[in-house]
Order: sequence, then C-alpha cells, then structure tokens
Amino acid sequence: MSADALLDRSLTEQVAALRAREVTSAALTEAALARIGRDNPRLNAGITVDRVAALSAAAAIDAKRSAGAEIGPLSGVPVGLKDMICTEGLRTTAASKILDTFIPPYDATVAARIRSAGGVIVGKLNQDEFAMGSSNENSAYGPVRNPVDETRSPGGSSGGSAAAVAARHCALTLGTDTGGSIRQPASFCGVVGVKPTYGRVSRWGVVAFASSLDQVGPLTATVEDAAIALDVLMGHDPKDSTSIVGAPESVAAALDRGVGGLKIGIPAEYFTQGCDEEVAAAVRKALSTYERLGATLVDVSLPHTPYAVATYYLIATAEASSNLARYDGVRYGRRAEAYSGLADMYGRSRAEGFGDEVKRRVMLGTYALSAGYYDAYYLKAQRVRTLISRDFARAFERCDVIAAPTSPVTAIGLGERVADPLQMYLLDVFTIPASLAGLPCMSLPCADRDGGGLPIGLQLIAPPLQEGRMISAAAAYEREVSHG
Amino acid sequence: MSDHAIDVQRVAELARLVLEPAEVERFEVELGACLEYIAVLQQVDTDRVEPTSHPLPQVTPFRSDVASAALPLERALENAPATDGESFLVPRVVG
Repeated sequence: MSADALLDRSLTEQVAALRAREVTSAALTEAALARIGRDNPRLNAGITVDRVAALSAAAAIDAKRSAGAEIGPLSGVPVGLKDMICTEGLRTTAASKILDTFIPPYDATVAARIRSAGGVIVGKLNQDEFAMGSSNENSAYGPVRNPVDETRSPGGSSGGSAAAVAARHCALTLGTDTGGSIRQPASFCGVVGVKPTYGRVSRWGVVAFASSLDQVGPLTATVEDAAIALDVLMGHDPKDSTSIVGAPESVAAALDRGVGGLKIGIPAEYFTQGCDEEVAAAVRKALSTYERLGATLVDVSLPHTPYAVATYYLIATAEASSNLARYDGVRYGRRAEAYSGLADMYGRSRAEGFGDEVKRRVMLGTYALSAGYYDAYYLKAQRVRTLISRDFARAFERCDVIAAPTSPVTAIGLGERVADPLQMYLLDVFTIPASLAGLPCMSLPCADRDGGGLPIGLQLIAPPLQEGRMISAAAAYEREVSHG
Repeated sequence: MSDHAIDVQRVAELARLVLEPAEVERFEVELGACLEYIAVLQQVDTDRVEPTSHPLPQVTPFRSDVASAALPLERALENAPATDGESFLVPRVVG
C-alpha cells in the first residue's frame, strides 16, 4: 500500500505498517504534508505547517527503528496539534492576532508526550480564537471548512483538529475541550473525540481559557485509535497542580470488554431542548443497537440541564477574563504601535489583538467578577454548578454510563449563526453539563451515512476516571455497526 | 436602562480594552442579551448549596522545596515586544 493510501487508514493500521517496515515515517509524513498542501488552501484546517522539523523528526524515528531501537506506541505517525498547545520553536497562536508571532520556548507536556511516544508533529491546527466559539468562525486566520460538506462549519472550537482527521491529513490530532470543543466538532465532522476526566491530562503549556474546565483530548477516526492516544496522553504531571495523582489504568486494555449487563442512562432532558428530530432518531437507533448487544437502558433525569449554558457562560468567562489578563504587550505577544503611557498601551494592545468574541467574553467575565456583581453572578453560577454535578452523581447511582446526542443539530452552515452570539452558545447545550461536572465524555459517529446525510454524534458520559468503561462501550458500538 | 443593562465603557476600562464608540454600542446590545439569558439562574434555589471550587474532590499536592531549572534569560525574553537584553521594557511610569 502506498504511503498516501495508508493515510486513509486508522492510526492502528498506520502503526502496524510502520512496525512491519512496510512504510517509513518519512514517507508517511511526506504524504501527509502533500495532502495538507493540497487541501489547506480550501479547508483552512491548519495555521502553521512544520515541514522541515516534521521530516527531520520522521527521519530520526526511521533511523532509530533501523538501528533496532524501541519506538513508542505512535511509531512515527503524523500528528496535528490544536494551536492552543505550546510547541517548542513552533509558532503557537491560539488563532489570535495577539499571539501571531509567538514562538514558545518550551513544549506543553502533551506535546512532549506525543513526541516521546513517537508522534511526528506536522503542524498546528486552526480553531476559534482562544478556543472561544462553536463554529471555528472566530479564528483570526479565517474559518475552517467541514470536509464532509465544505459549505458547512466543522464545529468548534477544535474545528481544525476535527477537519484534519475527517480529511485524513492525520489519523490523530489533539484538541482542547472547555464546554464541548472536542466533542461538538467531532460530531459535526463524523470523527471520534474524547474529553477525559478533568485533571487526567496535563494542562501545562496549554494556552489557558477557563482553567477549571479546560482539558486536552484526542480526535481520531476510530475508538481504538482514541484509546491508544489516551494511554499516551493521560497521567500525572507535577507541573500541573490540578493533575490527578496516580497512574491511570490502560484504556486500550478495556477495548474488548463489551457491554453485556452495562446499564446505560438516557437523560430525557437531552432529547428535548431544541434537539433536531433527525439527531434524536439516530441516537435512539444507536441505543437500540446497545440493547441488542446486551446493555440495559435506564431512564435518568438531569433536571438542572436547562441552567448549564448560563452557568457555563459565567464561569468560563470569569476565568477567561483572569487568564487573558496576561496578554498586555509586555512579555510576549503583540504590542500596539501607538499609545500614550502604560495603561493605554495595555488597552490598545489588547483591543487590537483580540477579536470580537474574545472581547465579549473578557468583558462578560470582568463584569461577573466585578464589585457588587460577584455574589449574584459568579458565586451563584458556582452553586448551580454543584447542583449540575449532583444531578450526574445521582444518575450514576442507577447507570454505568450516560448516552445522549452530542449536539442538538448537525453541522451548521458557515455564517449561519455568527450574527447572534447567544444562538451560537446554545449549540453547546448538551456538551456543557459534563464539562461543568468534570466528567469523562466523548462523541462517536452514529449517523447512517448511506443516504449522504451529515454526521451525527452519539455522546457517552461516564463517572469520574472511568475512561476505560466509556471507551469499551464506544468500541462495542463501533464494532457492531462497522461489522454488523 | 433595563435590568440587564451593562456599563460597557466601565467594564472595558476594568478589562483594559480601549473600545471604539461603535463597539461600545454593539457590545451593550450583545452583552445585554447575554445577561438577560443568564438571569435564568435566579430561578434556581441555591440556598445551602456549596459553590464548586474544583470539579472533583482533590487535595492540592505538595512538592519538595527544591529549586528546579528555570528558563534561561534570553529564552524568557525572546518573545518580548521590547527588551534591553536583560529586562522587559515598558513605557515610563514615573516622571
């Protein structure tokens, strides 16, 4: 098989071909770079391509393999990273003009883990600016087009990461998820996307948006591929004080457990609230597949779901207003050319460097934290967040995992919701609650695409630290629909 | 001013954003709509509910009090908009 044809295969198959020396990492990386060069002018999935360093990393891996040395589980496969993730010597913009020329002096822990596992970083992927958005239309580098239908959005904020997998530029990309930014684009582009338990994956070196919610995770074409990537990414990092202490169990080891006897909770609230009938029908069909595989469906209730979006937009914006205070034109990032005095330099550098959505969120967060409003807004939201977490805890007394739609709609048209920020926020209505509760969750494709329809995502949510249980449930479904 | 009005000029000053007059006007409308939506939270009874401080119960870990290598000076300065080779340069603050 040619290196180009191998790009259409899964990460697992690419790894097997590399290990069997059927292809070199250099050839596979060259093929990936050629595809990116061909598609990127149209899809705009990448912001920065790192041709020279990628080919040199690939050649180094090939040389190691020839010398008989052990290569990590990624074995020399090309990998793309969302541009929120710092990469030493490689421009990292967070899709913001304010970081247009920023070249990190260090690797984020997740970038270092990808490299030491044998991943070849080919470039940095487009996204909404500072991960603030649900359609990838808030990027300073222009929107990404959905490879499934180029008139549509790939979702956001990790739109480039989902599009790069859907277009088979890379079998593995990394995204970040704060309120659904991995799962929703995975759903729109028909790929698998996983947000691990909060704290499972290090946030060190990842551009901070909302620190109590941000989490890095993989986007892949298959569930098995996601499991392999999770085993590379997860684990304690002393550099991140919120990192969970202790070694996680292998997720890949859980792939074949099956769903016999598994109790799957179905939250009624996720099938109303503006969920398209087409989406609900596809998810219900997936649930009947689970029943056929031996799982039991249980009705559960998550009564505070209607308050999740409002809660999120106070907590995430408050944390963002604090995190983004660092962009002041002093230590790194853009400085305005004309100003009068220090405060004016801050204000003009930020106003010129940030896009509209970032300004909106920074101001909303500043307002929510300001004197006189803190109790009414921020503290109130943190109390409702507790109630949302309790809903999940109560539901998990009756079930092992929860299944629901990832997004209430399929991929929206480009430009369709940009005029109304609130309508855009409501796209995240089904992904935000699990983020607020810090739970592991994922999206996997469940639409019957034979009729040429758009992808639909099935969302699975598990109790804290139960990535293995979630992945085994996802793998069972995937096996059934691809071989059944 | 309605219940959900926001003094954008004041908030922009706190957030260190120099806005154009047209932006102030537009953000007033957009942020006003957000606040109106967010007001839904006032319907929720949160008496005797603790605010979440961390999504999962976790104890902040300690590390040994040992110095570790920091970024070398030149690397720390390499992204700075203005530097004299030893420090970040900013506009004069005191006369």
